Amino acid sequence: MAHRWGMAVDLDRCTGCEACVAACHAENNIATVGELQASRGRALHWIRVERYFEGEFPDVKVKYRPVMCQQCDAAPCEPVCPTYASSHNEDGLNAQIYNRCIGTRYCANACPYNVRFFDFFNPAWEKPLHLQLNPDVSVREVGVMEKCTFCTQRITAAKIQAKAEKREVKDGEIKPACVQSCPAKALVFGDLNDPESEVSRLFESPRGSKLLEDLGTIPKVQYLG
Amino acid sequence: MAINEQRLTADLLKPLQRTSAVWFLWVALLLGVVGAGAVGFGYQLWQGFGITGIKWPIYWGFFITNFVFWIGISHAGTLISAILRMVQAEWRRPVTRCAEVITAFALMIGGLFPIIHLGKPWLFFWLVPYPSSRMIWPNFRSPLVWDFFAISTYLTGSLLFLFLPMIPDFAIVRDHSSGIRKKIYGLLALGWRGTTMQWHRLETAMQIMAVAIIPVAVSVHTIVSFDFSMAPVPMWHSTIFGPYFVAGAIFSGIAGLILAMATLRKFLHLEEYLKPIHFENLAKLLLTMSLLWGYFTFNERLTVWYGNGAAEVNSFLATQKGSFAPLYWTMVICNFVVPMILLGIRQLRTMSTMVIASLTVCVGMWLERFLIVVPSLGHKYLPYSWSYYRPRPNEIFITVATFAAMMLLYTLFAKFVPIISIWEMKAGEHQPSEAGAERVHAVAEGRLEETHA
Repeated sequence: MAHRWGMAVDLDRCTGCEACVAACHAENNIATVGELQASRGRALHWIRVERYFEGEFPDVKVKYRPVMCQQCDAAPCEPVCPTYASSHNEDGLNAQIYNRCIGTRYCANACPYNVRFFDFFNPAWEKPLHLQLNPDVSVREVGVMEKCTFCTQRITAAKIQAKAEKREVKDGEIKPACVQSCPAKALVFGDLNDPESEVSRLFESPRGSKLLEDLGTIPKVQYLG
Repeated sequence: MAINEQRLTADLLKPLQRTSAVWFLWVALLLGVVGAGAVGFGYQLWQGFGITGIKWPIYWGFFITNFVFWIGISHAGTLISAILRMVQAEWRRPVTRCAEVITAFALMIGGLFPIIHLGKPWLFFWLVPYPSSRMIWPNFRSPLVWDFFAISTYLTGSLLFLFLPMIPDFAIVRDHSSGIRKKIYGLLALGWRGTTMQWHRLETAMQIMAVAIIPVAVSVHTIVSFDFSMAPVPMWHSTIFGPYFVAGAIFSGIAGLILAMATLRKFLHLEEYLKPIHFENLAKLLLTMSLLWGYFTFNERLTVWYGNGAAEVNSFLATQKGSFAPLYWTMVICNFVVPMILLGIRQLRTMSTMVIASLTVCVGMWLERFLIVVPSLGHKYLPYSWSYYRPRPNEIFITVATFAAMMLLYTLFAKFVPIISIWEMKAGEHQPSEAGAERVHAVAEGRLEETHA
């Protein structure tokens, strides 16, 4: 059976600690660009925690919302790419094929969530940090777009393992870096085609909504809260 | 008859035959500026795209603004000259070539920007549908691929449209020169001898091109507008963009044409050929387009404001009242107020005010393109990602360089090709009699033996 990966984000559990952001950077070889370039808007955060404030100071309530690629079924980023670098894969994910990308950045403009990032420079890691790069993830060069993949390398590894053991991938077996590192367990990942999976159950929750749902992008990330 | 033929030929060939020291200085200056732009681009390739002001989430800035602006300017030529030819407006004769050249050069410059703005410019040919070894085709659903087809079609068409009426003039230059020049112009003249049959074929070809180029020109800027209106971005996703862009393109194109003609008139001493009446007529066209532009802008703005869509209204307010407001109101003054006053009031409509109005329109239309591209990207749906954009030096260098490149190409063109069509001027002086026209048809249909003209 084909998979359809999805994620549920419980906003009531999120503490805004940004462990997911750090874990994502480490897992996916995302370059850190330094203070100056970050101030110029060149930081690459495949997942970010948006902060919104309710009320007037000092009576303020902070709301956190982790935002990553929503892996839309009707993704606006895909039809606009002239080279098919941005395209749907068989698991329903919005794949970004770095080798095909020529850097028109049209996908990022079309994306309503602003979750696509452009490599403005070749990435560099100060020694010995270059030794901690994840060998399962390609390092992107200057001039291409990159984005959240739901840790596709972990999905693939789990599928290979399951195939070798002649079984289906179990629910909860795959944990993207952000899910794995979330201390509050606000993030849940799984197969939406499996009606028994936890993420499918959470998608049925009456607390659920999708981000910018009325744009018709059909996201595969559900926000609860 | 105001000017006899010998003088006409001599006057219009003079820029080709005599070159002053000032000309060389001017060309050197322009080459320097273009060179600075090229260095800017080279530096960008070397260092990475990060030396521009582009950032998350405003991924398009000056380069795409320039792209839309120059493709807009290109509508001066072919479209205007094609329409004037088709309605047989007699006053077009000295104007058409100036206009057609603008089209060709503006397209070449505009067409460079989608390449300059790429993250990997050396892979631009992936937009070309060629059977690669892995049989990967471009994505025909992408407006950028439509752009590629639209612009290459338009460039091919407008080069043909420019070249066809130059053939008899190349022959004139050939007949007035010697040595290597005679050889080169002879080659360009494609063996033109001026037989009745050749004239007939030329007229037919030009008529076909004039009819064909108009829908191509309209479609080109519509497709450029699709780059924006196809994306679900607040204030981009709009049905008005097609006609709005085409109207704006013709508007800025006419302004560019008036500026080019005024410059030529002054520096090549063409006062007897480019007369106030030509400027007057073009200025009236410019005024009409200014009204049309104002109408479109009003429509676009009013519907967004009245509709009060949650995302649209933020982009709207940013341009209307927010940080982009100074640019927005400058645009309105440049594109609407100034032309209304300077061109709308007859007493004020002089040569210099027409040039001033054309200048402000060029500035205003550049701003218009900028205000379409940038504020919307900085005000998309999630307020967390709102941002601003400032160009950095290499973008400014490259932008300035394109204006210098336009002037350079134009200067060189006017040096090597008569910028006013000599034969069309002569044809205007001698309107063919009915008997003559009948004779041309007779030859074309094979009823009459052709003779040398």
